[in-house]
Amino acid sequence: MPPKLPAPSFEVVRHTLDNGLRVLVSPDRSAPVVGIAVLYDVGFRSEPEGRTGFAHLFEHLMFQGSVTLEKLEHFRYVESSGGTFNGSTHFDYTNYFEALPANALERGLFLEADRMRGPRITEENLANQLEVVKNEIRVNVLNAPYGGFPWIQLPAVLFDTFANSHNGYGGFEDLENATTADASDFFQRYYAPGNAVLTVAGDLDADTTMALIEQHFGDIRKRRTPKRPSFAEPALTAERRGTHPDPRAPIPAVAIGYRVPDPVAELAALLGMVLLSEVLTDGDASRLQRRLVQQDRLVTDVSAYVGEFGDPFDERDPTALTISAHYPPSTQLDVLLSTIDEELARVAEGGLERGELDRVRTRLVGVWLRELDAVLSRTLEFAKFELVHGRAELLAELPERLAAVTAEDVQRAAATLRPDNRAVLELVAGGAQ
Amino acid sequence: MSQPRRVPPLTEPHVPRRLRSSEAVLDNGLTVVAVRKPGVPLVELRLRIPFLSAKPDHPARAQLLAETILTGAAGLDRSALAAAIQALGGQLSAGVDADRVVLTGNVLAPNLRKLLSVLASVVREPAYDKADVLVERERLVEKLGIARARPTVVATEALTVRMFGDHPYARDLAQPDDVAEVTPGQLRALHRSLVRPAGAVLVLVGDVTPGRMIAAAAATLGGWTGRKPRLDAPDLPTPPGGPLQVIDRPGSVQSSLRMGRFAVPRTDPQFAALHLANLVFGGYFTSRWTQNLREDKGYTYGPHSRLEHHVLGSTLGLSVEVQTEVTAPALLETLYELGRLAALPVTEKELASVQQYAVGTLALSTATQAGLASTLSALFPFGLGVGWITTFPELLHAATLDEVSAAAARFFGPAGFTSVVVGDATHIADGLAVLVPTES
Repeated sequence: MPPKLPAPSFEVVRHTLDNGLRVLVSPDRSAPVVGIAVLYDVGFRSEPEGRTGFAHLFEHLMFQGSVTLEKLEHFRYVESSGGTFNGSTHFDYTNYFEALPANALERGLFLEADRMRGPRITEENLANQLEVVKNEIRVNVLNAPYGGFPWIQLPAVLFDTFANSHNGYGGFEDLENATTADASDFFQRYYAPGNAVLTVAGDLDADTTMALIEQHFGDIRKRRTPKRPSFAEPALTAERRGTHPDPRAPIPAVAIGYRVPDPVAELAALLGMVLLSEVLTDGDASRLQRRLVQQDRLVTDVSAYVGEFGDPFDERDPTALTISAHYPPSTQLDVLLSTIDEELARVAEGGLERGELDRVRTRLVGVWLRELDAVLSRTLEFAKFELVHGRAELLAELPERLAAVTAEDVQRAAATLRPDNRAVLELVAGGAQ
Repeated sequence: MSQPRRVPPLTEPHVPRRLRSSEAVLDNGLTVVAVRKPGVPLVELRLRIPFLSAKPDHPARAQLLAETILTGAAGLDRSALAAAIQALGGQLSAGVDADRVVLTGNVLAPNLRKLLSVLASVVREPAYDKADVLVERERLVEKLGIARARPTVVATEALTVRMFGDHPYARDLAQPDDVAEVTPGQLRALHRSLVRPAGAVLVLVGDVTPGRMIAAAAATLGGWTGRKPRLDAPDLPTPPGGPLQVIDRPGSVQSSLRMGRFAVPRTDPQFAALHLANLVFGGYFTSRWTQNLREDKGYTYGPHSRLEHHVLGSTLGLSVEVQTEVTAPALLETLYELGRLAALPVTEKELASVQQYAVGTLALSTATQAGLASTLSALFPFGLGVGWITTFPELLHAATLDEVSAAAARFFGPAGFTSVVVGDATHIADGLAVLVPTES
């Protein structure tokens, strides 16, 4: 008997404008705030060769002024309305978003519409944001131990094509070669209204909001939308190994990547993989915490997650399950790997303990619900599920789908994670003192 | 071409729903603050236990206690305890700083009482089993090593040491050698002497009525006993100011600049004005410091200035990571912006912007169960509660230009700061010495 798991409930009103912009509006009157998110269907994977990091650099340019707004005005309008903003670049999409007091709803819609018409791409703005992005990479990657590990370095071992394997933050040389012409082309090609999803949630009236959206976005010219290529790659047929020297790291680390089922086309199988990752490392009762941390003392910490950023629903095919650990120099990597293999085999062959699956999925639903409490997170989740999975409503159905996963499904998922189809990236610590 | 578009005005502010809340002090001295906040069917929990101590061996023991307090209780071993919490759709974790230990958690709303029972077993009958303590002791040493490999951690630690000397506030991170000597017996003793209900506060925020939450807390935690512990720590020393300390990190591609000074707490009449002046300086993206260093010069991904509130005093802290080559110019611009804010008036437009931002973001940060619970837990030691979330916006709106400029003059003069920078000394020391007195 599958357990009864609580599910989020929400109302979603959907409409597509004549220019192709897909719109979702979701009223929720619990707090006087609104969230606005625009997701464009372009991420790291669509960057041209020789332009690694360009999707992210371009994201910065979208904040540098637009058709009506001077540089700095976007920030000022959001913040002087009492709101916050940001944007982020992912493997398959790029998002732009605001959390605002409810009385700034129309202003927020205007700001997003204005840059959907076109950002102010100038030499000066490009040069300035190039420096900002390089400093972002310095602070998060180059100057920090374990910087970007493993999301930046593991794809190069796990995947073959440029689209899937390159560094999404970008190399400095590629970033420096970027031009304003590249930026204009990128905007023309990928930022058409028909290539975007707009979601608005919070303390609002759905009809009024839909009318405001029509008013502000309706006259943005329809443009051709790019056909998204398949980024699929054949499965690995032999183990791959790579090393990553990290002169700042005091102790070694490892990331083990496995290909997983297509998150969109094979959602049920993906959920089995997600539950497996929770069985392996969620909390002190999990398999790898017990074995690697508590019993054998092989690692300092270990985590297993689906999705290269740790969100299983954030990417289309291909994506990965990653097991990542920091470990003391006294641990031998091959002992660590074979111990992980033993634990995977225990799940694959011995199945789950009584109650294990239910406690793990009950907790996972708690985590998901908690994420949806903030209006902005909810807005972003709606947009992501609509863009990546085709239906925002799937978000509310996930607990039910999770309840349908069986212990045998998790066993089967574990059986697919084998030494001969994994990519192992060893971080070599150079910072021991 | 149609006529130019105009940015739409703000409409009438929406009135927030009134929160239903209730506060009770149980017979054992535990304060319970409960707020009904619908949204998702969960409850957030924060148990804040005062933990300030001036004993030199305290930081290592306190930190290891936080790592091990959840490794078994009341006959359940580590794994069984974790499984019991997980089965409720819940979570518990422990954090510590010089002021307090906080047990943070959340749970599916119907399971609140069961999670509180688990919490009660943790505070009343913790295991501190030898094997678990030894495992966590080794791990904590490794984690401290990882933390101190980060330049941001090195810089922040160096600044607090320079500001507070050997006061407990300068020892937020324990020393590995001290950790390595802590025994299970010492953890049990520390737990017995400080993990007590009197003086602690339990905050519950979620989709349950306040009355039911308080009843659940009383039924589960009412049997937790122990008199209010005596916590004594010396007053905070005055940060000395003085030369900029340059800490060498060879090969560093950025420099981490930290500057700090005393500020005033939320209860001070000048606090609202100071909060607004801080936003103008570097507390939000539109701030002068961010616009200058990032959006004009591209020296950094982002500078931040913030007010931090500790039980013994509040501080104003500035932090920025800048590219090594522009370390001295970045300091120059920072000193310029500090001096400009302290010496010249803030504009009407700037004031209006920071007032809206401060009010709006307070509403956003308390619009979630987790955000509201954390805010209430942080406010409690200062005698502030749910009411402050409504009254503070009034103070922010009432602040005048003169008051904000006066706060800016009092707190932002560059000479009032104590400063450190962590970076590649061979590349930055000479340039910095041209601008300010330095020492290594």
